[in-house]
This record gives sequence, C-alpha cells and structure tokens, in this order.
Amino acid sequence: MADPLLQVRDLTKRFGGVLACDCICLEVPAGELHAIIGPNGAGKSTLISQLAGEINPDAGRISFDGRDITRIPSHRRSALGLARSFQITSLFLDFTVLDNVALAVQAHAGHSFRFWRPARSDVKLHGPALAALARVGLESRAHVVCANLSHGEHRQLEIAMALATAPRMFLLDEPMAGLGPDESARMIALLRELKREQTILLIEHDMDAVFRLADRITVLVDGRVIASGKPDAIRSDEAVRQAYLGTKKAGQHRSPRFDAIES
Amino acid sequence: MKAFFTVRNIVIGALLGFLALLPLYVVVTGQFFPLTLFTRIVILALAATSLNLILGYGGMVSFGHAAYLGLGGYVVGILAKEGMTSGFVQWPLAIAASALFGVTVGALCLRTRGVYFIMITLAFAQMIYYVAVGLDRYGGDDGLTIYRRSEFAGLVDLSGNVQFYYLCLALLIAAIWLVSRLVNSRFGIVIRGSRSNDRRMQAIGFPTFRYRLACFVMAGMMCGLAGALLANHTDFISPAVMHWTRSGDLIVMIVLGGMGSLFGPLIGAVTLLTLEEGLSRVTEYWQIIVGPLLLFIVVYARGGIDGALAGLHRG
Repeated sequence: MADPLLQVRDLTKRFGGVLACDCICLEVPAGELHAIIGPNGAGKSTLISQLAGEINPDAGRISFDGRDITRIPSHRRSALGLARSFQITSLFLDFTVLDNVALAVQAHAGHSFRFWRPARSDVKLHGPALAALARVGLESRAHVVCANLSHGEHRQLEIAMALATAPRMFLLDEPMAGLGPDESARMIALLRELKREQTILLIEHDMDAVFRLADRITVLVDGRVIASGKPDAIRSDEAVRQAYLGTKKAGQHRSPRFDAIES
Repeated sequence: MKAFFTVRNIVIGALLGFLALLPLYVVVTGQFFPLTLFTRIVILALAATSLNLILGYGGMVSFGHAAYLGLGGYVVGILAKEGMTSGFVQWPLAIAASALFGVTVGALCLRTRGVYFIMITLAFAQMIYYVAVGLDRYGGDDGLTIYRRSEFAGLVDLSGNVQFYYLCLALLIAAIWLVSRLVNSRFGIVIRGSRSNDRRMQAIGFPTFRYRLACFVMAGMMCGLAGALLANHTDFISPAVMHWTRSGDLIVMIVLGGMGSLFGPLIGAVTLLTLEEGLSRVTEYWQIIVGPLLLFIVVYARGGIDGALAGLHRG
C-alpha cells in the first residue's frame, strides 16, 4: 500500500506546564475523510495549528506526501497543497466576497511582484474564484463586501477560499461552528460532496456531522489519542464513552453530544 | 456606474486646478510667498503620499518616515558641499540611500507588529537624527547651507522658482498615479490583504514578509526623493528635518486627509500646512485650534476629509 498522504509521528507540544499534544500519531491516506473529535481543551486546535505550520511542535515529525514538513512555514505548506480553514472566521472583511477568493487563487498563481496591471479585473484570478464560489453556493453574493455576509455564509466562504487554492488536502477546523440546523445540513452536504474527490482532516464538535461524514475518527483527550478507528468502532469504544461521560455512571449527566454517538 | 461629478471629484479637481494655476497668480501679482508655501506643501504631500502607501494601504504605522526626508536631503547637501552638484548623480543617490536604509530598517521592524513596529521605526529615525547631529563637517546641529541647487544640464533650472514648483507638482502627480497603479495590482492586493489579515494571508500561501518589505522600501525611496526636493527648496538641510515631530506631522496629514485614499495625503498636507500658516499669523498657539480639529476628524470622519467628501453621496 502507498504511503499515507499525511503522516504524523509522536507530535508533542507543551505550553508551559500544559501538555497540549502528547505523542500524537496519525495517518491520513489519500481520499479519506479523517475526523478528530474530543472535549474542549483536548488539543485539537493545537494539533491543526501545527499541521498548518502556525505553531512549531516541540518534538515529532509531520510528513506530507512523503516529504518532511515539520519545520517549514505555513505559506510553503499551502504551496505544497495543504489548505486550512479557521475555526474562528478569519476573512478579509473589508474585501468583497469575490476578492477574498481571488486572493486565494492569486496565492497559487505564481509570485505577486506584479506592480502594474489591475488585479481586480484579471480574469485569470476571477475565473477560478467564481468557480470556487459556485461550488459552495455563494456565486450570487460575489460582489457583496465580506463584512455584510451572515455567519453561515462566512463559513461557506472559508471553504471556498480553501477550495480556490486547488489543494491536495483540506484541514478544516470546525466548519460547522455556530451554524443553525439548516446551515449545518447545507454544510454537511457540501462536505460530503467535497470528500468524493478530496482528502480531508476535519476537526468538529458536531457529532452528528462527524459520524455521518467520517471514514475514520480519532479521539483526542488531554492531548493524547485514546482511540482511532472506523465510526462504528469508535461508537462502541469504552474509553471514548468514559471520556465523554466523565467518571459519572452512564445515564447521568449525559452530554447531548454523546447522544449522537449512540444513536 | 459611478457618477463622475461627485462632490469629492469636484473638490479634488478644483484643488489640482488651483495647484496648476498658482504660478500664474504669482507672476501676475509679483507676490512670491504663496509659491514658496505651496512648493513646500507639494513636497510634503509627496512625502505623505509615500507614507500613505505603507501606513494607509499596508497598515505599517511607521513613526520614523521623516528620516528619509533627512536622508535624501543630506545626500544632496553633502554632495553639493563636496562639489558634486549634478542632479543626475545626487537624486539617484538620494533614492538609493533611502532604499538601503529602508531595507535595513524594514528587515528588522517588519518582524514585529503594532506598538513594537512603531517604536522600532521611531528608534531608527532617532538614530539617524543623532548621526546627522554628529556630522561636524556638515554643520552638525546647525545644519548645512546648500549654495547651489541640483543641476540638470539645462533640462530644468531649479533656481527658477516657477520651474522648480512645476517639477515638484509633476513628481507629486506621478507619485499619486504610481501609487494608484501599485495598490490595485497583484502586489498591492497582497499588501492590503496583509493589513486586513496577515495570518490568513500566510495560511493561503503568501510569504507576506517579502512583499511588505518591498513596499516599505518603495515608500522610503519615494520619500527620499521628497527629501532631495526639500533640500533644494530651502537651500538648507539640518537634523531638524528628521526630528520625530516631523514624522508625526506626516502621520497627521494622512489621518486628516484620509488614510488609504489616493488624494488623502495631498488634501491633508494642504489643510494642515495652510492652517498652520494662516493661524500662526493670528496666534502663536495655532495648535490649540488644529488639535481639536484633528480630534473632530478622527472621531466623526474615520476616512479623513477625503472619506467625508466621498460619504456625502452615500447620504
């Protein structure tokens, strides 16, 4: 079997006395949607920040497509085909929707030491940007200033920007965060369509979404991997149930999230 | 389609028309003072335009931009004293010295953000200020008189005040045009994007540092040219040109006129310097009036005067 597209070995990150990531190992083969779940503070965001290159790990190794990327800066990881979306919407609010996506296209269309021709009427940037917007269903909003979009549309735009860089793998940090039921359903449909042709690492709190979408699930608790496997196996894993239920006996203080695991 | 005859466009058009026709008034009346004042205004507007490129569009709040005014001026002054008066040598060297200074300062301070960035640019400007104070051969604290203006082999005669004024005005218009092309190019979009959200820029694949550094250096070069003009205008260069309050004046011009607006720095320079000139005749405490005015603009018109004029049409 071929090497996995993304391989993480013994990744460790410490913030002062807190061990945010403790020897995390992970493998994502091409074409898989791999979800990472875990309670708040489990180290999910720290993990994705290290994968994207915003935080340097203290130890361990990350390789992408057989290449060691542990120490290279985030813009070079993006150039290699790792596209990251942000948990807290992180867009260019004073730009239009189209300009946001066109910027992502431009980042992967050669260097930008081009000083003279107007970028905003450049079809080479707008064409692919509009195509990405069409895929997430935002093309009718292309000329709206980004700050005037709804939260749900911001989340869609996040995906469109990741798409526009024509990545080989998505790192999606809670794309469903803060969405209402309808918007969530639309986002799930979008991700389901994406996963047909893309490799995706998904961090998500919405258990319903995770169990419907993921090929494999890894559960993080206190910076450690406590389980990793197919959704069915995770659903019946004793350690996972413990983690989500705490020390309380089953039936008491169940988190509504856990209901999704059981249902 | 956007209307062409907006209040804003009319005001800017009138301002440019006024600047273009000013020498006519001077020649007819024989009063030379307005020409001297407006030559100075045009040169400082050029400096403010260059600062606006990094501050307004790039979000890089440099508090040491006047250093380039001094740098450009000293290159002209020192070369003139040493007997090299050709503008073809002086001006490119003034620009090159500014570029060198810009690369050095930028490479260090662009690794920082916010208050740190402001403080480091200020520190470098203070450093070069004290270097100038220490240049005993070139007048030290007292400054250096320039006895001959830059010579351009008969192409233009800078000792003719009207010719010099038009040269400054032409360079200012060229600079504004250059900035307008620049900020809308791919390069400019990267600069503006990294003002808006630098972390995201890197996440989508831009090595933003090198673009911001290039922009920082370009702004410095443009201001170095303004420095060469200023030295020729006053026939004098001294460390006072790069005092930190001069850098502050440039920022005030931009805030007053409109940050990140093409004509904002020009509007700001004209407003601030004519107010200064007019009010200082009435009272030596003219800043008591300019201060609250600036406060008013900052609180009620975030886009400065230019932004307020543009806002008239949005109702």
